[in-house]
Amino acid sequence: MSLRIIVLAKQVPDTRNVGKDAMKADGTVNRAALPAIFNPEDLNALEQALRLKDANPGTTVTLLTMGPGRAAEIIREGLYRGADGGFLLTDRAFAGADTLATSYALSMAIRKIKEYDIILCGRQAIDGDTAQVGPQVAEKLGLNQITYAEEIFGVENGKITVKRRLERGVETVEAKLPIVITVNGSAPDCRPRNAKLVQKYKHAKTVTEKQEASADYLELFSTRPYLNLTDWNVADVNADVVQCGLSGSPTKVKRIENVIFQAKESKTLQPTDGEMDELMKELIANHTIG
Amino acid sequence: MNNIFVYCEIEDGFVADVSLELLTKGRSLANTLGCRLEAVAAGHQLENVGKQVFPYGVDVLHVFDDARLFPYTSLPHTSILVNLFKEEKPQIAFMGATSIGRDLGPRVSSALGSGLTADCTSLEIGNHEEKRENKVYENLLYQIRPAFGGNIVATIINPECRPQMATVREGVMKKEIVDPAYKGETKTYDVNKYVSDTDFAVTVIDRQIEKSKTNIKGSPIIIAGGYGVGSKENFQLLHDLAAVIGGEVGASRAAVDAGFCEHERQIGQTGVTVRPKLYIACGISGQIQHIAGMQESSIIISVNNDPAAPINTIADYVITGTVEEVIPKMIKYYKQNTK
Repeated sequence: MSLRIIVLAKQVPDTRNVGKDAMKADGTVNRAALPAIFNPEDLNALEQALRLKDANPGTTVTLLTMGPGRAAEIIREGLYRGADGGFLLTDRAFAGADTLATSYALSMAIRKIKEYDIILCGRQAIDGDTAQVGPQVAEKLGLNQITYAEEIFGVENGKITVKRRLERGVETVEAKLPIVITVNGSAPDCRPRNAKLVQKYKHAKTVTEKQEASADYLELFSTRPYLNLTDWNVADVNADVVQCGLSGSPTKVKRIENVIFQAKESKTLQPTDGEMDELMKELIANHTIG
Repeated sequence: MNNIFVYCEIEDGFVADVSLELLTKGRSLANTLGCRLEAVAAGHQLENVGKQVFPYGVDVLHVFDDARLFPYTSLPHTSILVNLFKEEKPQIAFMGATSIGRDLGPRVSSALGSGLTADCTSLEIGNHEEKRENKVYENLLYQIRPAFGGNIVATIINPECRPQMATVREGVMKKEIVDPAYKGETKTYDVNKYVSDTDFAVTVIDRQIEKSKTNIKGSPIIIAGGYGVGSKENFQLLHDLAAVIGGEVGASRAAVDAGFCEHERQIGQTGVTVRPKLYIACGISGQIQHIAGMQESSIIISVNNDPAAPINTIADYVITGTVEEVIPKMIKYYKQNTK
């Protein structure tokens, strides 16, 4: 059975490798110092989509991402790995969105895409770690959800079977399509870029990017329609501006502080027999151990 | 109306620690606000839940008992909370930042159009002044959480929408009985009035939940290893020391990712938060995410061959050396001095 799959993916700053210059003197995040990457668990989700495509001929995988213009890179990264197309949701009105406003915007874009059987996304993004957008998109679309998916066993008779990874165990569940599934980081890594697909799609561009592209390429976009990536603004997806971005966000950031730990006066020891003997005696004497 | 609600996770008739921790926090906030603390239990065979939660200062326990509500699935539990919250209009609602709470919370918040803050590390009550509108919001919930991989701490508020919702990880808040004889009221509900048959849309075919093998949260001594321990074999040294001095082994995220240690033992923002009497950090450089999960330890010993490791600044004792040379000596001299 062929499936229509949408993968929600986010471009995120790589918070796992934060260098010393990542924070500005005033305590705010210096986004420019952090490389922008494909959110890791969204790559796990993409892999699940591609596996379903491998197992179910005729399946299409469409990426949907929201972000600034440069987030079109996420769609290209998806195309390089085997996705069939993608949409970039980009508009100043989306800026400053919390998870609820984000899921509203994404749900409106999904309504615009209209036809789908499975919506896959990573469990959470590393810049916020909230794990909220997947379930909130599901609720906004009135869809069922399966979170923390580690393995999708397959689709049969309109039902999908999924293994979930919980804190202290695993669970296998079955549910009808259409459905939203969030994929856990313990699921298999995404396949690498395919060299042929990189060649095919490296010039794929959104309308905005085309305006900045050098004239040499421009004729390519009419002869190779698959190079045209679609970007959508608030009006394109029929979204209500008030429910987007900052104004659509019930949560507000009151304060941001740099993390500073209270330094202690510490005693430095060398790993000699004498000093280790002294340390253990001290810890036993003050009843810390023993 | 306008009370604090805690959604309780229940497995085998036992209320999860994370829920009891939230009840403890909820009780203290309810005292600050002068409102009541209410608990929600949804599942099956919930006869003993009251006994477990009332000592934490629960004024009202809302019970939804139905065989179909266990094991947890998203839609029926969402319907219960959404419909109950529409009737009860809580000002604050908490749930655990667990695979259940993080599945349920966002869905409920979306349905009610109210804000939810994930993984809070601190919850306080305070005011907020909106200068542009010349408006003061009193007694808001300050939802304090790390962001950007733990490099900053943000205080989040929900000025307009109710309930103000937050999730908290297990071990972050303390669990404390307020009165073993605390008197609360139990309200039992007809589940069919809150949940529709179509909500039972997920079938759990198989479920394997293990009892927790470790007790790092409750252990007074923790020997934790980082990536600097170097190998799974070297991690055995930590287990040896733990066995001799009576402690548990923990690990940093880097050590877990490298496969040196199981995830259950991970300490830090994405693992558990611990407050032992003695914390021995071996080969742990001390990323913010890790320090946030252990900084309240009474005594911290850092074993690291890098004298400039960031964790050394918060350590009481810094031993400059490798795990291979230091740990065997600790074992040797502990044995010698306790004979």
